[in-house]
Parts: sequence; C-alpha cells; structure tokens
Amino acid sequence: MQLINRLKGKRRSVDDLIFDTINVIFMILLVIVMLYPLLNTVAISLNASTDTVKGGIRLIPRVFTWYNYEHVFTEATIMRSAVTSVLRTVIGTGLGVMASAMVAYTISRPHFFLKKFVTIAFVLTMYMNAGLIPTYLLHRDLNLIGSFWVYILPTLIGVFNIIVIRSFIEGLPETLFESARMDGAGEFTQFFKIALPLSLPVIATVSLFVAVGQWNQWFDVFIYNSSIPELSTLQYELMKVLSNSNAAFGSGAGAASQFANAQGGVVDVVTPQSVRAAMTVVVSVPIIMVYPFLQKYFVKGLTIGGVKG
Amino acid sequence: MADAANVAGTIVKNKPKIKAQKGLRYFVRKSIEQKELLLMSMPFLIWLFIFKYLPLSGWLMAFQDYKPARGFQESEFVGFDQFKFLFQDDRFLQVMRNTLAMSMINLVLGFVTAITLAILLNELRNVGFKRIVQTISYMPHFLSWVVVAGLVSSALSVDDGIINILLMNLGIIDEPIMFLGVGQYFWGLLGASEVWKSVGWNSIIYLAAITMIDQEQYEAAEIDGATRLQRIFYITLPGIKPVVVILMIMNIGYILESGFEAQYLLMNPMNMDYAENLDIFVLRYGLRQANFSLATAAGMFKTVISFIFLFAANKVAHKLGEARLF
Repeated sequence: MQLINRLKGKRRSVDDLIFDTINVIFMILLVIVMLYPLLNTVAISLNASTDTVKGGIRLIPRVFTWYNYEHVFTEATIMRSAVTSVLRTVIGTGLGVMASAMVAYTISRPHFFLKKFVTIAFVLTMYMNAGLIPTYLLHRDLNLIGSFWVYILPTLIGVFNIIVIRSFIEGLPETLFESARMDGAGEFTQFFKIALPLSLPVIATVSLFVAVGQWNQWFDVFIYNSSIPELSTLQYELMKVLSNSNAAFGSGAGAASQFANAQGGVVDVVTPQSVRAAMTVVVSVPIIMVYPFLQKYFVKGLTIGGVKG
Repeated sequence: MADAANVAGTIVKNKPKIKAQKGLRYFVRKSIEQKELLLMSMPFLIWLFIFKYLPLSGWLMAFQDYKPARGFQESEFVGFDQFKFLFQDDRFLQVMRNTLAMSMINLVLGFVTAITLAILLNELRNVGFKRIVQTISYMPHFLSWVVVAGLVSSALSVDDGIINILLMNLGIIDEPIMFLGVGQYFWGLLGASEVWKSVGWNSIIYLAAITMIDQEQYEAAEIDGATRLQRIFYITLPGIKPVVVILMIMNIGYILESGFEAQYLLMNPMNMDYAENLDIFVLRYGLRQANFSLATAAGMFKTVISFIFLFAANKVAHKLGEARLF
C-alpha cells in the first residue's frame, strides 16, 4: 500500500515536472515574441540606414550610429509635434483626471440625491455612440476643428475611469468624512482634503490610462487637424511615415532615401525605415519606462473597474 | 472583494433602478441642501449632454438626404431610403461580412488566449519569473496602434521580415510571402496582432478571478489525487466562469466594433476587400465623399445592432442561470 502511494506520488511529481517545464518554455517563448519586435526596432534605429537596407539586422546594430535619432530630433516638424504631444498629454490628463475624480466623488456619496441619475447618464454613453459623422458635425459647430481643444474636451471624462475611482472612494472609511462634516467641512473640502489625497493609488492608475490614451492618439489629429502642422502630434507624424513606407507595402526597406542629408556621406542618410524605427522608439520609451512602476495599482484598478463596469 | 461569484453578484445588485418621481419640492429642497455636490457634478453633466447626447440628434440625417448647405431643417426627408440603399449595396454587404468576421475572430481568439495565459501564469511556481512575464506581457498594450502596425508590417515584410525568415528556415515555405498583400490572410493577421497587443492585458482580470478561488478546493483535489490538468478543468475554469460570462456579454455588445485603427493602418489596396470594416466604410463615405446621410445610417445601424446584441446576450445568460450584466 505504502509502495503504491509512493509510486503514485512519484508519478505525479513527474507529471508535474513535465507540466512545469512545458509551461516555463512556453512563457519564455511568449516573452521572446513580445520583446523581439521592439528590440529589433531599437537595433534598426541605432544602425546606419544605408546598411539596414541590406537586411539582416536582428538584435544588434551592425554599423552603429546615433544619426537616425539626431535626424529625428533636429527635424522641425517632429520637434513641434512632440511639443503638442506633451501638451495634450499633460493638459488632457490633468483636466481629465480631475473631472473624472470629481464626478466619481459625487456619485460615491450615499446621500447625494442625484447619485443614480448621474451614474446612469454616464454609464449609458458606454454603449451609445452617435457615430463619426454626427460627432464630427458637433465639433464643427462648436468651432473645435482646427483647435487644440478638440484633443481635450471631447474625451475629457472616461466613464470607465469614473467607475474605477468611485469604487475606490466607496471603499474609504465613511467615518473620515463624517468627522470632517462634524468639523464643518463642506463637500469641496471633503473632496480636496480627504477623498483626493487618500485615492492617490487609483488616481495614479487613471492618470496612466488617460495619459497613454492621449499620448497614443492620432485619429483626432487625422480627422480634425491634419492640415495644421502646429497641431500635429508625434503619433500622427509616425503614422504618416508609416503610410509612406507602406506605399511600397511589404518591403519595409523602402529603399528611397527621402530624407537624404545635405552633407551626403555614407552614414548621413536616413531612409523612412530608419526614421520610423527611431520615432517608434522615441514615442514608446516614455510609456515603457513608466508603466512597470504603476503595475501594482493598475492591476487592482482594472480588476475593480472591469468587473463592476 | 470576496470571490468571483460574489463579484458577479454585485453587478446584478447594482442594477439601475429609476426611483419614483418625488416631486418638484423635494428636488428643490435637496438641490439647496446639497448645492455643493450639485455644483460639482453639474458642469460635467452639461459636458456629458453636449458631447455624448446632443450628437445623437444627428441621427436625423440618416432619414434625410442631408445637404450640408441646407442643414437639418431644410434637408429633404427620405424615410428609410438610406438604409435600403445600404442593404442593396454590394460593398456594404462585403463590409458587414468583414466586420462580423473580424470581430468574431477577435472575440474568440481574445477570450481563449487571455484565459489560457491567465491559467498558465497562475501555474507558474516561481513568483519572480511570473512577475517578469506578466510585466512584459502588458507592454504591448501601452504601445499605440501606429507603433504596433509598424512592427507588424516589418515582421511580415517580404524582404527581411522575421516571419518569412523563420518560415523559410523551418522549410515551411520556399519563397517569402507578401502577407499583407493577400486579402485572405488579413483576418488571421489582424487577430494575431490583436492577441499580441492585448493578451497580457486581458489576462489581468482572469488572473484576479483565479486568485479569488477558494484554495481549499485545490488542496482537497490534490489529496484525492487530481492531476494539474484535472484541477485546471474542474476547479479553475468553473471558478472563473461568472467573470467570463459577464465579460462575454459586455463584449457581445461590441460585436460590430471590430476596431478601426488596426484595420486602417494595415490596410492597402491589395487586402482592402477583406480589411475594410464598418468604421472605415463610414469614414470613406462620410468624410471623404461627404455623403453624411449614408455614413450616419451605417453608423446608426451599428449602435442599434450593438444594443440588440447586448440585451439578447444578457437575456440568454439569464435564461441559462448565469450571472448577468443588468
């Protein structure tokens, strides 16, 4: 009997070992699949474009150069669009998160008599979308086309963000608010002095969501402001480079060196492929540097919001 | 949060109930009493009305032959003509086929891969390794579609694209394939790109649901001699079922939302017959050809279908005794 048990135990651990090994191998493959495209892009961005055209760049640059980045950072249109990108991200996130937090606070108050009405009014819009054309006409009537504010106002508040923040505030001990009320604090004081400071983890999460959304947006630039270079953004510029090199789709090399440098030389030439690689790295690095630090928070926020939403 | 089933319970509990009217006096009294809360929410209610509800009035255009120069009032009403035109238009039917195919593929692939990844992550024994894999798997979610489309088209490129090189080295193909130039491949490529971008992110919620499953069940199963796979199939999967059902309902509401950015950015004249979906159709007719009425009709059709699907899925889930959204 003992022997049988021992044998069973052993067989199970062998099964377990096989399972674990396959699982770990699978995870390593997954990591490679996730990382390779980006690492390859980094390598291409650091390789001389005339050499990249020959192909074969994988993870390590063959002819190392900073020139692609120099080109990206000295191009006036790119620098100007970087400013717009930063502005829309900072302003959009600041205003958007503040607005969402305020609405979330009001509907987290059990005694607020419009609690249900406000909640339903917001949640309904998650599934009710007027569509591209009516929205476009509205923005035209509001004189938002050709303006910076078309990036900020229409997407000011995200319903999902409200739900995430509300759930968090509802989880704060009500006694805190009660004692503040005893001391004569109004709703604004309670919001700014209690709810907001105590909700910092969720505010950080929502800020990340909003900031990423703003930073990565290109469609509103394309629809509303494509003819105004001052209001272009990095993602839109990258999108233009992408569709240019896609003109010869499939052939990523797109040998035509559109941006041949005046100095000539072998290295001082950039191809759309190299510009695209450098720009991809430039637009992606800020987010990639930030999100791991907020991981703990956004996993929590997403769980609350996703399940309740 | 207790367990996955409870979580599902809260959603049903939160079911919106519109209270009986309480009269104007009550409203005025409360408004004065809670003027600060009112002051805090009012600007954003106005915002909501202007930006989310007001544009719905634009649906009027779908029943008109809208001429921008004339405006709503002067434009001629044509009833359901725009819709009739749409359903007789071969291009629209093709676009509908693409939209449905792509969102079905994305829906199924998305669910299966995210649930699988969550379960496999949960089975990893080394916490440090698990965390590293998780962090890396979230990364593509934070990249823009512009970036991802660039990465996809270079990976699939005919000269020096990694996919072609791998397939050739493995001896599966003899010549590089121009993946993005063949329409029939588009749906699969799009599905794969979506999975690459969001599988890690989508697994978060399932992983959270798994950690809420009662650990004693696993211990009991282990004593009874259940294998790892048995534990996965008989404990983990049933344990996360409520969350899966709810997310399924929510996603079925988006059945005609097959996405826009990915298709638009990966589309080219060669794969267009398979890549063009409703959103691109609306964009093409609406803004490029300024046929506002037709584009609005197509967009309105999308929202109405979404609502029908959402309610139907909710009903079916209710009938089957599953958790439901409302």
